[in-house]
Amino acid sequence: MDLSLSTRTEGDRTVVTVGGEIDVYTAPKLREQLIDLVSSGNYDLVVDMENVDFLDSTGLGVLVGGLKRVRAHEGSLRLVCTQERILKIFRITGLTKVFPIHASVDEALAATD
Amino acid sequence: MATVEVSFTALPAHVRTARLVALAVARRAGVNEDLLDEVRLAVGEACSRAVGIHQSKAADTAVTMLLVDEQDQFIVEVVDVGPLESSVSPDDLDLDADALTAPAAPDAGTDPLPDLLPPGFGLAVISGLVEQMSVTSEMDGTHVRMTWPASDVMAPSAE
Repeated sequence: MDLSLSTRTEGDRTVVTVGGEIDVYTAPKLREQLIDLVSSGNYDLVVDMENVDFLDSTGLGVLVGGLKRVRAHEGSLRLVCTQERILKIFRITGLTKVFPIHASVDEALAATD
Repeated sequence: MATVEVSFTALPAHVRTARLVALAVARRAGVNEDLLDEVRLAVGEACSRAVGIHQSKAADTAVTMLLVDEQDQFIVEVVDVGPLESSVSPDDLDLDADALTAPAAPDAGTDPLPDLLPPGFGLAVISGLVEQMSVTSEMDGTHVRMTWPASDVMAPSAE
């Protein structure tokens, strides 16, 4: 399964729905998408990872890069993920302290902290 | 003992193939279903790291992955031609969250940011994930070796 990406606007936030595998081969595609969004003025992002089947440290690097970019504009990057196999890599790398992780897109859209 | 050896050109696209092969052999070797996600991630990290090293040092040389199905264990060994960048410990995963997420310079524009995660991060992920792993520097390069129990009838206390 390759990487699939789609974006939509919800109020003042942009939801990026990611599906498939985020690895050393596909991560550049996600990086480009995040860069495009930020450079066109979308600074509050919700990345929906519920359909992500695989995520490695290359993918984590891209998400951290996205976070740094939106923070440069006082924006936010929230993740939606409930899958244990994906959450595990956030946990072992300590990145749960860095990303707000939500159980649903609605929850992420409502979050204000 | 049965061995599968996979040798692939150092291209990111082949890392997925390597993961799929490793997963298939692990399943056949009797690795518990619960551990397969771990195998997939750890093998992916090891192969990504090897591909990165080959691309910068020896793009023409293939990366080698050995899959060994022993009686009660499944061993994956990924060999690259590079020297080991540093020793690895799970402490490497203790990243400075503040430094990691400091805002990028607003004029960073569309330039890709430099590597955001420290070198050795992939290996640190493996060490945080796999109970039995070792990294050794040998004549032919660096060997990343990971071992999983391959018989689900083994009592957990056997370790």
